[in-house]
Amino acid sequence: MSETGREKLAARFREFLPAESVIDQQTSLRAYECDGLSAYREQPLLVLLPENIAQVQQIMRLCHEQRLPVVSRGAGTSLSGGALPHAGGVVLSLAKMNRILKIDQLSRLAVVEPGVRNLAISEAVRDRGLYYAPDPSSQIACSIGGNVAENAGGVHCLKYGLTLHNILALKVVAADGSIFEIDQRALQRDGYDLMPLLVGSEGMLGIVVEVTVKLLPIPRCARVVMGVFDSIEKAGDSVAAIIGEGIIPAGIEMMDNPAIRAAEDFVHAGYPVEAEAILICELDGTEEEVQAQITLVEQVLTRGGAVETRLARDEAERLLFWSGRKAAFPAVGRISPDYYCIDGTIPRKSLAAVLAGVRSLSEEYGLPVANVFHAGDGNLHPLILYDANNEGELEKTEELGSRILQLCIHHGGTITGEHGVGVEKLGEMCVQFSEPERNQFHAVRECFDPLKILNPGKAIPTLARCAEFNAMHVHDGEVPFPELDRF
Amino acid sequence: MAEIVDLSIEDELKAQVRAVAAGGGQIEIIGGGSKRFYGETIEALPIDVSAHSGVVDYDPAELVITLRAGCGLADVQSLLAGQRQMFGFEPPLFGAESTIGGMVAAGIAGPRRAFAGGIRDFVLGVKMLDGRGQVLNFGGRVIKNVAGFDLARVMVGSQGTLGVILEVSIRVVPIPEAETTLDFEHKSAGEHIRWINGLGSHPWPISASQWAAGQSRLRLSGSEQGLREASSQLGGEQIDYAWDDLREQRLEFFDPDQPLTRITLPPAHADLPIDLPQLIEWGGALRWFSGAGNIADMRAGLEGAGASVCAYRGHDAGVGVFHPLPEPMLRLHRSLKSSFDPAGIFNPGKIYPGL
Repeated sequence: MSETGREKLAARFREFLPAESVIDQQTSLRAYECDGLSAYREQPLLVLLPENIAQVQQIMRLCHEQRLPVVSRGAGTSLSGGALPHAGGVVLSLAKMNRILKIDQLSRLAVVEPGVRNLAISEAVRDRGLYYAPDPSSQIACSIGGNVAENAGGVHCLKYGLTLHNILALKVVAADGSIFEIDQRALQRDGYDLMPLLVGSEGMLGIVVEVTVKLLPIPRCARVVMGVFDSIEKAGDSVAAIIGEGIIPAGIEMMDNPAIRAAEDFVHAGYPVEAEAILICELDGTEEEVQAQITLVEQVLTRGGAVETRLARDEAERLLFWSGRKAAFPAVGRISPDYYCIDGTIPRKSLAAVLAGVRSLSEEYGLPVANVFHAGDGNLHPLILYDANNEGELEKTEELGSRILQLCIHHGGTITGEHGVGVEKLGEMCVQFSEPERNQFHAVRECFDPLKILNPGKAIPTLARCAEFNAMHVHDGEVPFPELDRF
Repeated sequence: MAEIVDLSIEDELKAQVRAVAAGGGQIEIIGGGSKRFYGETIEALPIDVSAHSGVVDYDPAELVITLRAGCGLADVQSLLAGQRQMFGFEPPLFGAESTIGGMVAAGIAGPRRAFAGGIRDFVLGVKMLDGRGQVLNFGGRVIKNVAGFDLARVMVGSQGTLGVILEVSIRVVPIPEAETTLDFEHKSAGEHIRWINGLGSHPWPISASQWAAGQSRLRLSGSEQGLREASSQLGGEQIDYAWDDLREQRLEFFDPDQPLTRITLPPAHADLPIDLPQLIEWGGALRWFSGAGNIADMRAGLEGAGASVCAYRGHDAGVGVFHPLPEPMLRLHRSLKSSFDPAGIFNPGKIYPGL
């Protein structure tokens, strides 16, 4: 679109939005050209910052009329390019809709606007002894609207669930500007349960403008024990053994040697840098329960071959144990010019086999990989260390990432546990889902958005895209999905 | 624990669906038939899918079980119990023939619902046959998975209107070490509702609640120590109580000769002005009324409250079993249905006209 075209369009939006809510200057637009996956960049025509639901509806009506692509955006922390702008469309930023509208202690819920930060919810209700459970690593910055779009996870998912399990109601502006609500406060409603469809739909089914979250009572006590291992296999088996005891830890995380070293260098959490793997296991509940379980977990770890177990003596040490894990990504960022985070999920029993596969792929591509693992729910985050300034290294890294994800699928897992597909994993979607399955996704999308203006080009690959991906990924002369028509 | 899966039954079902679709017919999907009462009556060719059974995969340490839809619910429950595991949503059987597919399709959870989650919270993946006779897989066998729209969970409670469920992967949970029941006197329903919601702000190990005829009951689940501590602080009288009788609706309250109405609503909602015997579950979110009442009036009275008034069982035909949806939402439901089942062959009209 020409500059005059852009100005004309901006003027249409300024008819109902305050002038400063319509960004059309190149220099200001640049701040929106990427999200947390900075390898992909695109400049939108305009960025719009509505302040209320009525303005979101007006924006959608105009975009619908003009058939303009709309990319909704929260805090822009997506790691899969979910909020990457569309060159021929607008970015709808929900950053100004950041008020907590209602806190209801008796019903243990909060009604918030989508731009409210994840952590801000827990901070606002802490005095009442409540909190919002899902805690993605980006929780200081990420917004609840983005969490809903991505079905965000965190380190406490095994016990407390994903975003889906902690959302009670949504108010959504549809592609045509109308409003619909999904209200599951009653726990069971007549008709289809559309909550799982909307949560995790990556901005393709509607614009979430109000979120009712479930609040939980803060556990009375939380304690952490660390197990130190000289092999990944023993650490993995110990996770299975803990669960075999009937214990569901509040969090259970594993790090391999490169991740331990990077984290220790960065935060000095006292991690054993010679260890092949550490397990950090948190238990919460009442004093008595936690005491009984932590003793049991220590025994299980020792029985499983831990060379050492360490019990955090107090809250300060508990937070110290966690600090290394929580800082794992930036820690890896310090030892390498760039890193690329993969988000596969595997059945836990395949951990050793998958990590061995990752190691040999890492050698094949000559790129080091550090692994952090949400061990309880099988969500593996290999971090590929690379240098984007080296010619062709980003492409090589992406290919290695793709091979790792296909390895996860091969072991019965999935290409994304919590970061979403976005633009990043479109190709791998062609491997995980068959053509009729992808067609069903497209059909569902069209039920909500027949003109396909909401976040086009994300999450669900087109047939052409898959044909292209498969053409590029023929291994050993074997075409994946030989039954598909080729172009 | 894995079994060799006999694919011939799946192929047979596929052929059946394709034949019916080609011939312009319609199908009523039948598992064990235990929840056939739930929803509108259907005029269609009944197809028994219960032969499609078998455990596809169960590794207790993964906390996931994958089952063919015809598996008997009771059999699966004893298999899980053998590993000290269970379904967290405590599903009712309503008959020995109850199947896993029917459990998922009906989407009815038991007393634990408010405290542990519903069926959709635990379903991880579904393999299904759509209205074109195609086999589709959604979700997976892992706990965390955000690839593609989460259509597996949408199948929960869809009453067979979207397709035939062939297989389902479900997350399981450990059986708690101990359980105990506490009994309290709360004369009015309103008193119970305020009390039980107030308890929610503290991390008590509550796994079920019930109020009827002036008595509140709480089930606590957890470690021996945890329960001792919680019981002494909560007070009340420790009693023996068979929660299975509540789950299976064998209590005297659930008189099979009387119509039964199920109202679900936000749990802290005030007591409803309905002059019928009442039983309350799910921390206040589920309220049963026994006896003939005016469903239309109840629905009108709860307009905008986030409630569903379901004419659950024994009501006059024509009243509409399920709470009507607003027109735009009904249109969305119909378009979703037709995206899976364009010719409308599966369980026609089971939930709403055209659905």
